[in-house]
Amino acid sequence: MNDVAYIQRPNRPLHIYALLYLAFLYIPVLFLPLFSFNDAIYIAFPLKGFTTKWYASMLNNEPMFAALMNSIKVGSATAVFATILGIFGAKAVTRYRLPGQKPVVFMIMLPLVIPGIILGVALLILVSRLGITLSLYTVTLGHILITVPFAMATLIPRFVGFDKSMEEASADLGENAWWTFWRVTFPMVFPGVVASLLLCFTISFDEFIMAFFLTGTDPTLPIFIWSQLRFPIKLPGVLALGAVILVVSFVVVFFSQWLQRRGVKEVSGTGF
Amino acid sequence: MSDSAAVAIATPEPHRNWGGRLRALFLRSEALRGYTLLSPTLIVMAFAMCVPFAIMVAMSFWTQHGFEFDTAFTLANYGEAVDGPVYWALMIRSLAIAGACTVATVLLAYPMAYYVAFYVHRHKLMWIILITLPFWTSYLLRVFAWKIILGFNGVINSGLKGLGLIDQPLEFLLYSPTAVVITLTHAWAAFAILPIYVSLEKIDRSLLEAATDLGDGPVARFLRVTLPLSLPGVLAATLIIFIPTVGDYITPTLLGGPDGIMIGNIIQAQFGRVNNWPMGAALAISMLIIVAVISLVYIWVTRKATERIA
Repeated sequence: MNDVAYIQRPNRPLHIYALLYLAFLYIPVLFLPLFSFNDAIYIAFPLKGFTTKWYASMLNNEPMFAALMNSIKVGSATAVFATILGIFGAKAVTRYRLPGQKPVVFMIMLPLVIPGIILGVALLILVSRLGITLSLYTVTLGHILITVPFAMATLIPRFVGFDKSMEEASADLGENAWWTFWRVTFPMVFPGVVASLLLCFTISFDEFIMAFFLTGTDPTLPIFIWSQLRFPIKLPGVLALGAVILVVSFVVVFFSQWLQRRGVKEVSGTGF
Repeated sequence: MSDSAAVAIATPEPHRNWGGRLRALFLRSEALRGYTLLSPTLIVMAFAMCVPFAIMVAMSFWTQHGFEFDTAFTLANYGEAVDGPVYWALMIRSLAIAGACTVATVLLAYPMAYYVAFYVHRHKLMWIILITLPFWTSYLLRVFAWKIILGFNGVINSGLKGLGLIDQPLEFLLYSPTAVVITLTHAWAAFAILPIYVSLEKIDRSLLEAATDLGDGPVARFLRVTLPLSLPGVLAATLIIFIPTVGDYITPTLLGGPDGIMIGNIIQAQFGRVNNWPMGAALAISMLIIVAVISLVYIWVTRKATERIA
């Protein structure tokens, strides 16, 4: 009889399937950078020749840089606010035993499972009923709503693995709650905070559906890209821009995931 | 905590005012302190979610007059949503596309999750990050990438033509429900793999050994132990994918063509071109209710089914 060894035995077909699956995940996205170096307006095979002119033309594209700056502003504000709210939330649900905690946490996590279009439309109605003009602030509000659940999900594993006696020791040694937080709690959850900031920034930076409803006259970068997709002549420029965004997002997210999952693996099993 | 020390000092004081009493109560009650800490998050989320929902529900009973709203209560919007053949057809199509995409995604993702859970022993973290990484990058760009691939002169068509395999572009690829399903299946892959992986990873390996010792072959062992135990993950994955894809409108706009338009496109149009916000609100709420009912029935059925198996 075979024993535990059957689990360890490599499974050749499954291994090949896994590699094919990874290819399916990555190859479609890689066509963006591929065609961004192609010396032709039309996106089709065969490739015409290598060029960097689409990247060069990006450099003096004023509206694009304006949109980029808008996205960076919205993304930074979203990341900071969502992470702060996430810290409050994660700390509260892990440190205290709250009556009715399940429905409350469920409510906070709700934006994860509600279609983005409904959240976007609902916020648009609210904002217009309150007589607020659409602007980068309204986009930021929408983005905070959808990133808080991610911030909580990223931070909770950090707080769960947290040793309460450290805080108690700090209190016993005479620190007040404020300084205990900054000098004991914060350094321990710091990797989670950075991961949450990076993740929320990326989500906001790439978010389209909410921004579509909540953007005023200043477009964010995805809205700008969307407006360019209608003009075939602008597509190569969009490809170049898309390739840059993809590379930057990959690096940022890889770093944040690595930061977040490193060390909490034993506690939470598999992250969120 | 230093706060509890403060209570100990405060308690023996004979002349406590109401503020002091409240403060003592506050510090003693764990629930109160917890909720105070949670309150900023809770207030923001409630303001940004519950309040808009309430207004949206109210608005769905109104009528649009030009740029003004007639706030007299009416069920006309819901009547139109139910009677209008277009809305029903789009709703059914959206559910069908989302359903097809969910089934395809879960079927494709299961072996992958199984592989990572049982056959990857080193660099497991790396595999998980690799699987989730594309998901964090721009949804818009990923959908657009598929437009490049499936397009009339896209990667597949121009590639096949270049190889001399076809003369005419394959038309069914772009601007069809098929294109939407393919794109969504790719876009939501990570969402399916993660929950299934988590439930597979949790399975006690000694159960598998026991099944083997009792004479089950690999197939029987999978069907009788692994699959039933991983069903919670499959259940979560189907819901996580199905619910948002019903309301998607980017993919149908870029890839769907006239036959691939979904309910999300119509809802979005009510707030844009058509400019009938109350109708849009009614459609959005109808969609939410239909999706919620389907999800609850689905959860109930699977729960009954697993109880019967067990």
